[in-house]
Amino acid sequence: MSDTNARIAEIVNSNDVVLFMKGTPLFPQCGFSSRAVAILEHLGVPYEGVDVLQDMEIRQGIKSYSDWPTIPQLYVKGEFVGGSDIMMEMYEAGELQQLMADSGLTAA
Amino acid sequence: MPMAGAEIVARIKAGIPDAEVTLTDLAGDDNHWAAHVVSAQFVGKTRVAQHKLVYAAIGEDMGGALHALQLTTAVPT
Repeated sequence: MSDTNARIAEIVNSNDVVLFMKGTPLFPQCGFSSRAVAILEHLGVPYEGVDVLQDMEIRQGIKSYSDWPTIPQLYVKGEFVGGSDIMMEMYEAGELQQLMADSGLTAA
Repeated sequence: MPMAGAEIVARIKAGIPDAEVTLTDLAGDDNHWAAHVVSAQFVGKTRVAQHKLVYAAIGEDMGGALHALQLTTAVPT
């Protein structure tokens, strides 16, 4: 388990924006993951997609890492931001755009 | 086994007694849900913390038997 935590920490700390999801950005395997991808594509920020269906350790480990029971999960600059519902709420409120800009990932 | 709507509402209200829960069956299949939860317990908490309160109320079936729940939270107006 601690090995998995270390792997997850390495992933979220070595990429500015990481989406843990079911499937890939091109072929999401779940409606929630698909929605998360659509939001990130719309923002136009580069991100790393991690397909948890290809890695059972990460699929389970990511839930305890963030104390969050569902997938997808978005991380920005190593910090857990939320799942697809929170991404949508933040996007509609302009907060996700602001977070990306504040993180130096898009022009403000 | 998917989780029935009445059970979802009962668990949220058990964990968050003042919660007002509006549940919508998204696909008409008793399996894909949207829940809007309003509670004074959310005041001053981040969205992540608010959602965690709801997930904690639902318990370990969240992400398992109940995998398809769209969740929005709000404080009473």
